[in-house]
Amino acid sequence: MGTIGAILIRAGRRFISSLPALFGVLVFTFLLMRVLPGDPAVFFASGPNAGKEEIETIRKQMGLDKPLPAQLGIYLYDVGRGNLGRSMMTGQPVAKDLRERLPASLELTLTALLIALISAVPLGVIAALRPGSLIDHGVRLFCSLGVCVPTFVSGLLLIYVFYYLLGLAPDPTGRVDIFTTLPPSRTGFLIIDFLLAGDIEGWWAAARQLMLPAFTMALFVIAPLARITRASMLVSLGSDFIRTARSVGLSWWRVVVTYALRNAILPVITIAGIVFSTMLGANVLVEKVFSWPGVASYALDALLVSDYAPVQGFVLLMATIFVVVNLLVDLLYGIADPRATIA
Amino acid sequence: MTAPLLEVEDLKVTFSTRRGLVEAVRGVTLSLQPGEMLGLVGESGSGKSVTGFAITHLLDKAGRIAGGRIRFRGQDITGAGSADLRQLHGAAMAMIFQNPRAALNPIRAIGEQIADAILAHRRISRPEARDEALKLLRAVQIRDPEQRVKAYPHELSGGMCQRVMIAIAISCNPQLLIADEPTTGLDVTTQKVVMDLLADIAAARGMAAILITHDLGLAARYCRRVVVMEQGSLVEEAEPLTLFHRPQHPYTKRLVAASPTATSRVEDLVPDGERVPLVQVSALSLPPHGTPLLLDVKQIAKRFDDGTTGVADFSMTMRHGESIGLVGESGSGKSTISRMICRLIDPSAGEILFDGRAIGQIPARDFHRSEFRKDIQIVFQDPNESLNPRYTAFDCIAHPLLRLLGLRSGDRLRRQVEDCADRVGLPRELLSRFPHQLSGGQKARVGIARAIACKPRLLVLDEPTAALDVSVQAVVLQLLNRLRREDNLGFLFVSHDLNVVRMMCDRTIVLRAGQIVEQGESRALFANPQTDYTRELVDAVPHIQRAELALA
Repeated sequence: MGTIGAILIRAGRRFISSLPALFGVLVFTFLLMRVLPGDPAVFFASGPNAGKEEIETIRKQMGLDKPLPAQLGIYLYDVGRGNLGRSMMTGQPVAKDLRERLPASLELTLTALLIALISAVPLGVIAALRPGSLIDHGVRLFCSLGVCVPTFVSGLLLIYVFYYLLGLAPDPTGRVDIFTTLPPSRTGFLIIDFLLAGDIEGWWAAARQLMLPAFTMALFVIAPLARITRASMLVSLGSDFIRTARSVGLSWWRVVVTYALRNAILPVITIAGIVFSTMLGANVLVEKVFSWPGVASYALDALLVSDYAPVQGFVLLMATIFVVVNLLVDLLYGIADPRATIA
Repeated sequence: MTAPLLEVEDLKVTFSTRRGLVEAVRGVTLSLQPGEMLGLVGESGSGKSVTGFAITHLLDKAGRIAGGRIRFRGQDITGAGSADLRQLHGAAMAMIFQNPRAALNPIRAIGEQIADAILAHRRISRPEARDEALKLLRAVQIRDPEQRVKAYPHELSGGMCQRVMIAIAISCNPQLLIADEPTTGLDVTTQKVVMDLLADIAAARGMAAILITHDLGLAARYCRRVVVMEQGSLVEEAEPLTLFHRPQHPYTKRLVAASPTATSRVEDLVPDGERVPLVQVSALSLPPHGTPLLLDVKQIAKRFDDGTTGVADFSMTMRHGESIGLVGESGSGKSTISRMICRLIDPSAGEILFDGRAIGQIPARDFHRSEFRKDIQIVFQDPNESLNPRYTAFDCIAHPLLRLLGLRSGDRLRRQVEDCADRVGLPRELLSRFPHQLSGGQKARVGIARAIACKPRLLVLDEPTAALDVSVQAVVLQLLNRLRREDNLGFLFVSHDLNVVRMMCDRTIVLRAGQIVEQGESRALFANPQTDYTRELVDAVPHIQRAELALA
């Protein structure tokens, strides 16, 4: 198909044009980490009483005695070979740490985004169908609450209600409780791995574990998605082609869903992409509250002890994901909107 | 006499706006026989479209039928519920809208949209509906329907989109078609083709139709009965010939007079009494021998970045005080040429001499700093879009004086702006208003005042009256004509309206696909076109045959 080919070419072009930005991110985080106060060598010395020589030795080991440009050069060379350095905190290569933790974060974020979309789009649609009505105001109130309550508060509230009061949710720590035997890791996404292993009981446990943190995160992003759905639905419903659709007597469902919503969904796709990237990096609070072993909490821990390599690795990972997500949004947009041509 | 298909009795429609209820339609009564085509004519704000939308129950949420009765096929449908309406819509009555491209779903293939309309009323499978859609595309004379079925609206021209819209409207053979300005915004030749098609289809399938339009000529050509609306009320109803020959109502008289015809002169457009007194200027004072031409364009061309050629090898000359018309269909390059000449875009090749001096080499980006900027000014097409919404009328007119003549704010500036306002007939008390507080005609005057503020020698007019009602257009044209005579201005008049160009321009250049097809003295050129293309253009203009009327 010509159109698909054109979309792929466009995506490829977009990816290549984002490489300089990725490089900039790399250099910028590197410099930023060096400018921040705190000497990692002091942190990783054996104790508060460590002697000057010991600290010097650690500094040498970490390469911190070399001039900044040289350090940058070494760092870039390493990154180019796929080596993101070693975390002082865990003692493991950063790449390995990230690889282990990223699926947990992705699983959480994707589930949250899915929940958010499934609830936000219908909410936005019904709000747009009756603007100014009670339903509209109700949706607005719900959205406002979702945004203004911080995730750690809503997370704790959900835990209080569903775990403590109702006992519906499992112990809110980690991805599965420690006695569960983990399935062989294929995708890293537990709910998929359990399914692949045919372990329904394990799947149910993992899914239950996932629900509270995912809803906590979803609550926070329902608002922007529902609002944009409502706004673009209003525009769409007011446009000439909806009048045309009504003038030939199309059914309500066809007018609202096939004609209005399919046109209104285009900006929602864009916003969903941005929301996803933000969630992935900013869900550190949720990960902390639910002891979720994700990348964001890992990066925060590393930042607190001036562990350079994991933070740099994390930022690079986030930047890459951002680029990839934008690319996906582009592809989706190209499929959803025949007018999107090679720009 | 058979029972009427549609009877509208004392219809009243109100809109709730921020400033309270507004009566858009105030008691309209009309009836329509099966198979009849009725013209509903009026200017903007007359309530003609609202009447159409009220009949089909497609009013905006703010609009409401406040009184009267609509009877369709003998049944009262004034307060019909949504289920009944869904049965009527498409199957019994359908609409065709202005701006066909916006009226089609932009992300659904046109074949699917036609099929949707069919499936709304008939129990057949989607593949069968697609076959029907293909037949309909053939019926509306779309070339290569097999390929076009899968096309999206943005891939089709405006005329094509309107054919698709017609196909959708007739898909279930309704008895009543309401066409709301179906050809406004289309080129004259396309306009004729689409209207002919619409009339043929309606006749062949025995559909009654209401043609809502601002164009008297169009209504006269296609309808046997025309009703005229003004400010929500019917003012006159007659056969077109009677209407144009012996208009009864003062409003109709004004409207008929204002509609340019093949023979009308600018002076005739406004009935006696309201006429702007013409300054008696001796027939164009010819400049002394040896004065350079005002404008000498030598073989300019414009190639766009994507490799397409917008204009190829265009040359023209203009004497001081001469008025030259540039006509052609959309895509003919007339706007591109006018923009190159007023130096808003750069030509790819060729020379432009203004008053004997080359200005083509000054980059468009820097031209605002050139001494020639104040000599060449432009009046833009859409008076709504071309005024800064945050500038008052005074600021708009003062802006070029400040920028180009270096005037400072103060009494002198105020005097000059007021002078300009007086010259274009804009009341001084309106100067403090913002564009949205002015009417279309007033905005057009502000745009003209702004253009003449610096006393230019060449005025480029890019469809200056295309967005205006005919009665307003008449006044604006008179104004422009007077200004030209007073200041001995050169006019480059870009328009798709041949009747307007014929009145306003000494010479006319006909363009097609970026090239000159024909040029010559305006009246002679239109009276006796030399090329097929020009003849086609001239024939496509819906005329009220004044000569024929005069005999009657």
